[in-house]
Amino acid sequence: MRYVIIGGSAAAVGCIEGIRAIDKDGEITLVSREPYAFYGRPLISYLLEGKTTREKLLAYRPADYEEKNGVRAIRGVSATSIDAAAHLVALDNGETLPYDRLCIATGSSPFTPSMEGLETVPSKTCFTTLDDALALEAMLGGRRDQRVLIVGAGLIGLKCAEGILSLASSIDVVDLAPRILSTVLPEEPAAIVQKQIEKAGVRFHLGESVARCEPNLAHLSGGADIPFDVLVLAVGVRANTALAETAGCLLDRGIVVDNRCQTSVEGIYAAGDCTVSADPDTGKRRMLAIWPNASMQGDTAGRNMAGAHVVFDKGVPMNATGFMGLHLISAGCYDGEPLLTHTADLYKLLYTRDDRLVGFILLGNVDRAGIYTALVRERTPLSSIDFELIRETPQLMAFSATERAKKLGGGTL
Amino acid sequence: MAIDFLYPLYEVIRNPQRCICCRACERQCANEVHHYDVDFGCMMSDESKCVACHRCVSLCPTRALKIVKTDHTFKENDNWTGKAISEVYRQAGTGGVLLSSMGNPEPYPIYWDKLLINASQVTNPSIDPLREPMETRTTLGAKPQTTERGEDGSLVCSMPPQLTLNIPVMFSAMSYGSISYNAHASLARAATALGTYYNTGEGGLHQDFYQYGPNTIVQVASGRFGVHTDYLNAGAAVEIKMGQGAKPGIGGHLPGIKVGADISRTRMIPEGTDAISPAPHHDIYSIEDLRQLVYSIKEATHYKKPVIVKIAAVHNVAAIASGIARSGADIIAIDGFRGGTGAAPTRIRDNVGIPIELALAAVDQRLREEGIRDRVSIVIGGSIRNSADLVKAIALGADAVYIATSALLALGCHLCRSCQTGKCNWGIATQRPELVKRLNPDIGEKRLINLLTSWDHELKEMMGGMGINSIEALRGNRLMLRGIGLTQKELDILGVKHAGE
Amino acid sequence: MKKVYVNEKWCLGCHLCEYYCAFANSGKSSMIKALKDRHIVPRIRIEERNGISFAVSCRHCNDPLCVKSCISGALSIVDGAVFIDSGKCVGCCSCIMACPYGALSHSENGVIQKCELCQKNEFGVPLCVQGCPNKAIVYEER
Repeated sequence: MRYVIIGGSAAAVGCIEGIRAIDKDGEITLVSREPYAFYGRPLISYLLEGKTTREKLLAYRPADYEEKNGVRAIRGVSATSIDAAAHLVALDNGETLPYDRLCIATGSSPFTPSMEGLETVPSKTCFTTLDDALALEAMLGGRRDQRVLIVGAGLIGLKCAEGILSLASSIDVVDLAPRILSTVLPEEPAAIVQKQIEKAGVRFHLGESVARCEPNLAHLSGGADIPFDVLVLAVGVRANTALAETAGCLLDRGIVVDNRCQTSVEGIYAAGDCTVSADPDTGKRRMLAIWPNASMQGDTAGRNMAGAHVVFDKGVPMNATGFMGLHLISAGCYDGEPLLTHTADLYKLLYTRDDRLVGFILLGNVDRAGIYTALVRERTPLSSIDFELIRETPQLMAFSATERAKKLGGGTL
Repeated sequence: MAIDFLYPLYEVIRNPQRCICCRACERQCANEVHHYDVDFGCMMSDESKCVACHRCVSLCPTRALKIVKTDHTFKENDNWTGKAISEVYRQAGTGGVLLSSMGNPEPYPIYWDKLLINASQVTNPSIDPLREPMETRTTLGAKPQTTERGEDGSLVCSMPPQLTLNIPVMFSAMSYGSISYNAHASLARAATALGTYYNTGEGGLHQDFYQYGPNTIVQVASGRFGVHTDYLNAGAAVEIKMGQGAKPGIGGHLPGIKVGADISRTRMIPEGTDAISPAPHHDIYSIEDLRQLVYSIKEATHYKKPVIVKIAAVHNVAAIASGIARSGADIIAIDGFRGGTGAAPTRIRDNVGIPIELALAAVDQRLREEGIRDRVSIVIGGSIRNSADLVKAIALGADAVYIATSALLALGCHLCRSCQTGKCNWGIATQRPELVKRLNPDIGEKRLINLLTSWDHELKEMMGGMGINSIEALRGNRLMLRGIGLTQKELDILGVKHAGE
Repeated sequence: MKKVYVNEKWCLGCHLCEYYCAFANSGKSSMIKALKDRHIVPRIRIEERNGISFAVSCRHCNDPLCVKSCISGALSIVDGAVFIDSGKCVGCCSCIMACPYGALSHSENGVIQKCELCQKNEFGVPLCVQGCPNKAIVYEER
């Protein structure tokens, strides 16, 4: 069996491990546009912050990983087209790869807003790849004298802000939404996080957009002008679907996959940020551009490619991050009855609907948050547990003795 | 607070350099001796509550604790000892009967320690048990008096029912109620694994333990708790309890507070009621009455189970045993005055009854003289502490021994003698669920098996040394014993010569 | 492979497992040196309520969600056990978000810690199991 994986991040690694869980011998070829070994893209802000090193960042998997897993990695090369009928992938280095099973894990790319005068800005970058981070670091130059304007107060923009806090002379963040992290948090917790980031000196301009750019000046829609030396664009990402399109895969703002991570084209699978799949709850297609999801989808794709029949229908939107020492974990959706707990070290919102925990937000003390995530993921009926207890703190005590015995006493985990 | 005149007997010594304030002592003490003092930032203790059970000492991960006897003293007086004075204070304060538990701790002679075992030299060879067969299996029950032949001259086998023991040690009666479910589970499982027997005591048999029936002796006592046909037939033998070494002549009393749902079901009495065992069996006032009960039980069990009659060792024990042998009992169990109890009036425990060594020698001698020794087996209990005691008991005439205190020690008992409080920190003599769970039968079973396995090894070594290779050949073989520091009268009763003779 | 299993039936809530854990991973030669006058941050934790108690530590799942969620590659599976390379960990808490047992926690130095079955310290076998007085925690094949 010849496997080809296009992509070089979480989904690709998941796919390799999924294949190898089933098939120890098949040939695996990996094609990645980036010239680097596997690395955790969300780490780039930690790299600038100094919490990790380039060496450690590039050690997402051990140095002998490819050798041990029998993977031929072609790096710094892009796949240009797929001939689904002939089972061939064309690469931009002229090579053509035959495959029996193909996994598209091309991820997503930041999209650039249409902004008048953007082309005149000399120092600008996105912030999703190691190259972006290295470019930004070079622009900042280590002198702590550069003013940075970040467009986008989502996770990427804010992690960028945190990452360069000690490298920039000032940081301004602009977002069209009226609050920060608008896709992750409702107003109140967003305001708490905002305050925490502001304490570190970051200035926000919310509910505004950049109407016009000059090389070192942004005119905001509200009328204010913000001078800057470096511009970071972090307004959002879009699934990379161009390659899948050449294979004739069904697209809907992303590559459509079923719960086995198979695309509409026989033999072609897809995983990670480049895909859309049905939300098991609503049936609507959605993109889940988060690391654990990519990793698990990749694993599912890999196992199915190798002949197993496994289903991944437990994709839950979730985020674990933190800003200036304030931890944030959220998961699920917020369409439910909110239950708030707010103490000195904890802001907690649980959302329940139809005897289920559908989502939660934790700020501050995030201890054992995964117990909540599991309730969301497993759609555990709240009537089967002591919800009052688990609402207080995440704990296994809230489950029945039999359930606990299963969880702690063995069985298949 | 009224003055009670009592000073704690023990002191809790904590080494502050070692204590890491993990609070395990605090969490493990049901007597609430230890507590963490937030203001001082260290552990404190109230020794007035300490019973010296050593639970805290055993669990302390840094060995920061020890319990020592207080050196606080009354003015010295060999007659009015501190103990004697304190007991008066205690009774003057409460107006109650002094209660104690476990066996008589007073400094009476221990005859086991005044008996020495023989070994072969030159003229008769000793046996190496690692190289040659050594039989420690024994059977209990009446043995046929004569050889019977059928009309065609062939042997007629009419062996009365027997108990077969792989090692001549059984676990003696402790009721479910006096000890915990987990203690019973440990004993039942160990008896089964070892090929010996444990004894239900008078509390009936918990439904869960019917599975160990082939290694169970079921007891019928004066309260007749939990006695029904299935119960009688569930065990391998039935024991009629006439008396107990720790409290001869009196009955028992399990307070209603300990009679929870499980015990109520097992004992067949309402929940929360006191379980009172009368001092006598109200249907037994003579050997003839006893015979009726023995045969009622034999009828109920289709003559398939040996019947044991258990008595306390008292002054006329030999004559009583002779009567029992004639009552149809298959086995006589005799319990000496050091036998344990879950609760007994202190004065009775410490002053009534006689040493088991003397009782055993007297009974064995009497039954031999009357020519009825083979009609019954003799099992003795009442502080068999080790395999040497076991060897001496068999040489004095026992067929097997009962152990209980040793077994409980194996399970963790530290002989703090506070069973009557129901707060056993080792999960043995308690019914409080949070304490009962401290005795994991997986551990308990293993420790009991270890204990008896080691005794068996030692027994074989000692037998081999004497040139004896079966229990049969050791039983009543008093030539293998010599007394030391005993009077002629004591030697006469024990039926042994003095060392050097 | 051998894993740590918990039977709440025998757990006494004595918390000694927590202390043995903290000692085992302290690098000190004695429990006293390791824990005297210190607040412990163990990798195994007792939950207790209404007379029920049990220890929770990493289950070393066959398909660990924490490893899949880890963005830095700090978590990895070696011979079936899940290990953490604290040098690589950036403390993002993705693993805390993912673990259904709540078995990962913050260590004293800010990054994440978890039970590694005492494979990385000098003991080699889980000290919590050695220290449990009632076999409520066992280390065995199942």
